[in-house]
Amino acid sequence: MSAPDNREGAVNRMSKVMVVTSGKGGVGKTTTSASLGSALAQAGQNVVVVDFDVGLRNLDLVLGAERRVVFDLVNVVQGDAKLAQALIKDKRIDTLSLLAASQTRDKDALTEEGVKSVIDELRQKFDWIICDSPAGIEKGAMLAMRYADLAVVVTNPEISSVRDSDRIIGMLDSKTLRAENGETFEKHLMLTRYNPARAARGEMLGVDDVLDILAIPLLGIVPESTDVLNASNLGCPVTLHNPASTAARAYADAARRLLGETVEITTPVEKQQGLFGKLFGRKAVA
Amino acid sequence: MALILAPEPPLDAWFAALDDQLRRAASYFVNKPIVINLAAAQDEGARLEDVVSALESRGLYIIAVEGLESAELAGTRWAGLPDLRQKLQDREDQGGKLLDIPDDKLPTPAAPAVTSLLIDRPVRSGQSVIFEEGDVTIIGPVASGAEVIAGGSIHIYGALRGRAIAGLRAGANARIFCHKFSAELVAIDGVYDTPESWSATFNNRAAQVRLEDGVLNIAALA
Repeated sequence: MSAPDNREGAVNRMSKVMVVTSGKGGVGKTTTSASLGSALAQAGQNVVVVDFDVGLRNLDLVLGAERRVVFDLVNVVQGDAKLAQALIKDKRIDTLSLLAASQTRDKDALTEEGVKSVIDELRQKFDWIICDSPAGIEKGAMLAMRYADLAVVVTNPEISSVRDSDRIIGMLDSKTLRAENGETFEKHLMLTRYNPARAARGEMLGVDDVLDILAIPLLGIVPESTDVLNASNLGCPVTLHNPASTAARAYADAARRLLGETVEITTPVEKQQGLFGKLFGRKAVA
Repeated sequence: MALILAPEPPLDAWFAALDDQLRRAASYFVNKPIVINLAAAQDEGARLEDVVSALESRGLYIIAVEGLESAELAGTRWAGLPDLRQKLQDREDQGGKLLDIPDDKLPTPAAPAVTSLLIDRPVRSGQSVIFEEGDVTIIGPVASGAEVIAGGSIHIYGALRGRAIAGLRAGANARIFCHKFSAELVAIDGVYDTPESWSATFNNRAAQVRLEDGVLNIAALA
């Protein structure tokens, strides 16, 4: 068992609060939160992933901890439980913890002061506090980004997702505490569900198109992949479940970039298929 | 109220001090009637002609002369000015006072009203930039779902993918310029248009939008 710094009042100056957000639903925020969280933890960082999607929690499932949730974020915010009681330590990576959302409540159960005190307390224990934002631009999403130091904007190469991401970037630049204090707010783009074959046929936006519109630095490109789906279904982040897969490597590389390493970004390309593959390869994609 | 100027010897130093005063408190002398007391200057035996022309050359508004017999001015250009026939000393005896000329630097003119707005970052989806006072310049893209509303013209050094509404005040003379034209809506002076009605040839090209005879005209910029 690792030893997070539990000293009372000890401020972890290196701690970073990172919101994973997108505006649009279903683009891969929770998968990205879990995968980046586990990749950072595998790199030796103390990480907690916090589910802000009160009422529609998913992060516990993706991390395979759904049967271990006793207390949650709302209990801590409202003072019904201590933070230590609500933190769930991952069984596979001992530097990874989860703070689950409450499934029986809604976003109104969260308050700005309550969230601030939880984040402040987490800052003392962890290097990375990853806030998994709910979709939308309402209270839950606003509170998830409110105290963040940086953001990972998850975007699919589709115009609807790109426009919603643009909207969220505008809010990150105006509604976060850092932005209100006049500080610059660091934003990174995680392009997920990238389908090289469809991009090659011009059926979805290319990487350059998305970067041109959003104008923020690229953190990584995750190809659309059954590895990601399978991992989610099994409750195991893809970086643990299948570390050799393209998706797992994309997340691991993104984590290294967040830690300040310079890692070249590779754009996934279509695999060369034999005649047999070409004839039958697309059958599964309905 | 008139000011009294009494040149005193040494005259060179006195004129230098006057010039300094004129420079520092220029507004104070503007259109102020001035009476010249020549008593002291005369006592010194200075040439009246020289004193007269030196004072005149400074553009002062001289209405009268005092401190000497009017006959002594005969032959100078001030011969016709009223003679107040009083010595400076007499005036002080009667409770007159020498004035302290205030050191009032010319008031700095008020800054001209701001008539343009510069935005040095992308205008994101959902954001509105509204500036009724004049032109708006944006360095960066205007996203789909964003809008820029200006009293004058709109200049976008980037892609216009959202709405640009110009000419709230300037009316039909306002224009819209952008590096990459991909707008959702453009409007000038209340006349609007959407992509359905313009040719796709302008897509992603540098373009300007003008209002001509009540019709929006989009043209590619070279």
